[in-house]
Amino acid sequence: MHSGENRLGALPSRLPRGADEGAEPQPGDSLPDAAAGPLVRPYTMTGGRTRPGSIELDLISVVVAARQHVEQGTLEPEHEAILQLCRRPLSVAEISAHLDIPLTVIKVLLGDLISRGAVLARAPLPTAQPPQMNVLQAVLDGIRRL
Amino acid sequence: MASVGSEEEAGTEVIPLAVKILIAGGFGAGKTTLVGSVSEITPLSTEEVMTEASLGIDDLNGVEEKTTTTVALDFGRITISDGVVLYLFGTPGQDRFWFMWEELAQGALGAVVLADTRRLETCFHAVDFFERRGVPFVIAVNRFDGAHAYTEHEVREAIGTGPDVPILMADARSRESAKDVLITLVEHVMTHHTPAVTG
Repeated sequence: MHSGENRLGALPSRLPRGADEGAEPQPGDSLPDAAAGPLVRPYTMTGGRTRPGSIELDLISVVVAARQHVEQGTLEPEHEAILQLCRRPLSVAEISAHLDIPLTVIKVLLGDLISRGAVLARAPLPTAQPPQMNVLQAVLDGIRRL
Repeated sequence: MASVGSEEEAGTEVIPLAVKILIAGGFGAGKTTLVGSVSEITPLSTEEVMTEASLGIDDLNGVEEKTTTTVALDFGRITISDGVVLYLFGTPGQDRFWFMWEELAQGALGAVVLADTRRLETCFHAVDFFERRGVPFVIAVNRFDGAHAYTEHEVREAIGTGPDVPILMADARSRESAKDVLITLVEHVMTHHTPAVTG
């Protein structure tokens, strides 16, 4: 009944103002869970590990393959695939997307490569600090140039 | 130890600094469309895997049948310069993936909340989240064909944000419009340059 009014009438209000309609309906709730993808057990290729050792990597940590040679025999195919990909700097998220391997797994595999010196990582901005003004200015200029 | 990561190797690699902006909003509000409008790559999709343990149940150590579930994240990339890369991350539209927002928000420059006036309430959670976390954000009202055109004032009233939060009308399909949204956000961040609230 009242859902019809919402379309052309007053917008629902975020902050509580007595009426609670509009607070509860969440279209996302009706979506089938299948939208989230199948259940997987991706840790076979990491030997059951779910954490990348002591190396802190997040979604946008940028990594690049080091130029030094790593004995190929000691690497898993997934490690080699990562090394191939990150001959140029790439983020953890991009590597995960390109190889179609979940982020958590990529972080573990990258941790292996970093600890061997085969991959170098640059951490993102420290989260506790606001971004530097010069970085913001560069971002602003870069977007304007698009 | 002697050969691993010698300064010669490390010194020759230029690893750019990565920064990110979040694009939030309800399911179907146009997040991936906006990312695609400005990204230099076709938006990519990656998956984060959730184990039961990382949902906060720590007693499962040693239990063999750990179930996991995956959350898809869409993102795009803009190379700012040799030294800086900007990533645009769409937030998961479903509330049950709320946990992902914490990691996404960490270190983010700011956020765009895409509002769909046909179901405005679907962006309220995002506004709540960014307000609480102290993440600077702007609200972009994505114009959908056939949707009633509300004024900025009406949208501001409904969402209940102060005058300091920019609200602008946008078309997520348009590169120029998407650029305007991002420029408004970065300018907003620069003028309200206060330390981000952590934890």
